Amino acid sequence: MYEVIAFYVFAALTIGMFGIVVTSRNALYAMSALAGGMIFISGFFFILDAEFLGVVQIVVYSGAIMALYAFGMMFFDTTRDVSEKMRSKKIAYSLSIASAVLVVAILCAPLVGESVEALYPSIEGVGNVQMIGVVLFTKYLVPFELAAIMLLVAMISGIVLASKKMDEYLAIEDEDLEDVKEGR
Amino acid sequence: MITLTHYFILTGILFSIGLVGVMRRTNLLMLFFSTEILLNAINVGFVAVSKYYNDLSGQLFAFFIIAVAASEVAVGLGLLILWYKRNGSVDLNSLQMMKG
Amino acid sequence: MENYLYTALFAPLASSLFVALFAARPKMLFTGIVASLLIAISMIASFVLLIDVNTYGPLHVSMMDWISAGNLEIPFGFVVDEVSVIMMVTVTLVSTIVHIYSIGYMDHDKSFNRFFSYLSAFVFSMMILVMSDNFVGLFIGWEGVGLCSWLLIGFWYHKHSASWAANEAFIMNRIADLGMLMGLFLIYWSVGSFQYDEFFASLKTMDSTLLATIGLFLFIGAMGKSAQFPLHTWLADAMEGPTPVSALIHAATMVTAGVYLVIRCGELYTLIPDVGFAIASLGAFVALFAASMALVNNDLKRIIAYSTLSQLGYMFVAAGLGAYWIALFHLMTHAFFKSLLFLGAGNVMHAMHDELNIKKMGGLYGSMKATAILMSVASVALAGIYPFAGFFSKDKILEVAFNEGAYFLWFALFIGAGLTAFYSFRLVMLVFFGEKEYEKYGIHPHEAQPFVIYALLPLGLLAIVSGFLEHTFEGFVTRLLAQYEIHIEHGTEALLIAATLGIALSGIAFAVYMYRRGGFPKSWEERFCYKLLSNQYYIPKLYELYIMRPFSALANFAWQKIDTKVVDLTVDLIAKMVYSTGEKSRKMQSGNLSDMLRWMVVGMIGLLILAFVYRPMV
Repeated sequence: MYEVIAFYVFAALTIGMFGIVVTSRNALYAMSALAGGMIFISGFFFILDAEFLGVVQIVVYSGAIMALYAFGMMFFDTTRDVSEKMRSKKIAYSLSIASAVLVVAILCAPLVGESVEALYPSIEGVGNVQMIGVVLFTKYLVPFELAAIMLLVAMISGIVLASKKMDEYLAIEDEDLEDVKEGR
Repeated sequence: MITLTHYFILTGILFSIGLVGVMRRTNLLMLFFSTEILLNAINVGFVAVSKYYNDLSGQLFAFFIIAVAASEVAVGLGLLILWYKRNGSVDLNSLQMMKG
Repeated sequence: MENYLYTALFAPLASSLFVALFAARPKMLFTGIVASLLIAISMIASFVLLIDVNTYGPLHVSMMDWISAGNLEIPFGFVVDEVSVIMMVTVTLVSTIVHIYSIGYMDHDKSFNRFFSYLSAFVFSMMILVMSDNFVGLFIGWEGVGLCSWLLIGFWYHKHSASWAANEAFIMNRIADLGMLMGLFLIYWSVGSFQYDEFFASLKTMDSTLLATIGLFLFIGAMGKSAQFPLHTWLADAMEGPTPVSALIHAATMVTAGVYLVIRCGELYTLIPDVGFAIASLGAFVALFAASMALVNNDLKRIIAYSTLSQLGYMFVAAGLGAYWIALFHLMTHAFFKSLLFLGAGNVMHAMHDELNIKKMGGLYGSMKATAILMSVASVALAGIYPFAGFFSKDKILEVAFNEGAYFLWFALFIGAGLTAFYSFRLVMLVFFGEKEYEKYGIHPHEAQPFVIYALLPLGLLAIVSGFLEHTFEGFVTRLLAQYEIHIEHGTEALLIAATLGIALSGIAFAVYMYRRGGFPKSWEERFCYKLLSNQYYIPKLYELYIMRPFSALANFAWQKIDTKVVDLTVDLIAKMVYSTGEKSRKMQSGNLSDMLRWMVVGMIGLLILAFVYRPMV
């Protein structure tokens, strides 16, 4: 019973938060709403007995990623309202709704997956975190290492791209950019 | 009783909200927010499947997606900052060099 | 001995490929010399093989598997037996002489190297044709010589008439080759193999209608290659090619391939005497028909070409009546004296600066003694005067016709012999004797280079003496070919020989008599007979009117209506559609990320619909 209530509450909150994210004119509101939405998503994870992922969600998304966005926003001076010229809203909305309906239709249609055998079933009496640890460091070790390398690369590239001194050597030169602008 | 279908419908709604954001936002930072919504929507779906089929693979996929999202943000923000420094704007309409 | 076989076969190929390296270059003397040497090597190897076959019997080698698909097994096999070795010797001998001759003849031509490349390629194809041990190899050689013939007739491709003649020859041969292919398919269909041996071994068990059909189809192929009526028009036009080509391809070797085919399939034609008789009748008709056209023609090379046609008719009479060795014998002697005649004509042409009208010559004996003597020898041999080569072979053919009781055929050939003698000496008289007409045109004839004359000497010698080899030849080839017995009483035989000799001599005498006195009066040219003959019985006109015109009208229709209005239009439409879609969809590429993302979502929806429609059902 509580599960049902929790699901609907979280669903309403998440949809609301994300709705604000995509509609708000103020970047700060949008970001705050996003952070909230992330935390509510982690609520779903806890309902679904995925405690580890819920924690990761809060730590990585609401902690790391949101902090990153917050720092990013400092550069952009987005405290003032963002003026966006939105063209043909109907197309955007109808496309989104169509895709959502399709996704749901596909996922809810009678599936072959009904008879899917669990590859890594969770075992009674063993905690979720422990279970994930076992599977992650046995079956998914290589992807895990690759993900680690990817994160490292992303970190380095983030530093390189954002650091001020090195930008002269990167990407296009100013003159080139001028040329492009004139040519346009 | 909440079934898998409920979660799928929720996933669909969140995903379409993300798509709306992707299509309607012209501020690049907001665009990034929308992509985060897309990723999170899918994550919910994965974890729900993981629960209802009693299989950990879904959760692990969600885990890797979070890792990908983190790197995406790092690189994307770096590029965004670079662009802002050069151009003074993070508006999509300033990015039209690929016009055919 | 296999090495000799491969040498004989591949030396011409090596020559052709080597010379082809320099084909686009200006004249290089060594190409001609190398080509001549390699062909001479091939000739020597052929002679060694001749001796070998004489001593040890036929040689059969299988070089490698060529086509092996399902039930179809075609080895790259070669057989050197009594027939093919005779052909090889003839071909390589004449080829060698023609190659050497060409060094002199093509001296001033800027495509000297290319010429030798083609000529050697022809020799190679001809060797494949005669040496193959199966019908497919024969067909490859058959097409190869056709191709080389096309290349060489059209050698001076900048001349419209030459390229036209080349195409005519090629297309006529294609028509005939279709018949031949049908024959080959029938052979495979009924025997299941293309090997000569297997085909001949299974002849006895086959239905006679089927045999007759195969025989007819093969003969259609032979008709095209040997320019028999009604596919004869290309041969006279083929004289547009350089004269050595006419000598080698259109007199001595390629055109006799049809006769070779009939001889090679002798075992088949023996079983279907009706078809054989039809071949003989056609041969006799062509012998007379072509000889009559040669009577009035004024073109030096065309006269000889018609003469070739006529002699091919003689060969077909012999082959059709079952006297295969006699046909082969005439083929060989004819190759010698006819190529000599052509090469002599080449000398005359050179001396006359490519003038071909014999009415404009005359009295050339004074300036070109050697050529005059050689051509006279060849003409006498062609006319069939004892003891020259033509006498032995041609007389035998007449005897065969008489022996078979085909008196009508005999009579046609008999008249043909008289006509042959007449037109040969008409040519000799008009070219070498009589008034010096050329002086009116300011031409100063000169004899060909000495080495050219020396090269012709062996042919002259053979034109005289090869007739005496008759009995040796008979003994040699009848080991493979059917024996042919002539049962004519001695008295009658002597009478026949005397009659033939008599008509030939009187033909010569008449020609000499008439043309000493300046020839026939002009008024003859107005007569219907003369016009009919000089227009080749109006057959080329008929072909043009009833075949070429309707066909070109049809082709025009297909071009203007079907090709441009239907085929091209479809293709253009597709191209235009591609262009216009590209032009319209270019707007999609606005450079705006928002738009791109929208398109991305559209694409995603498309994929989702696909996934929905084709989702796996339970």
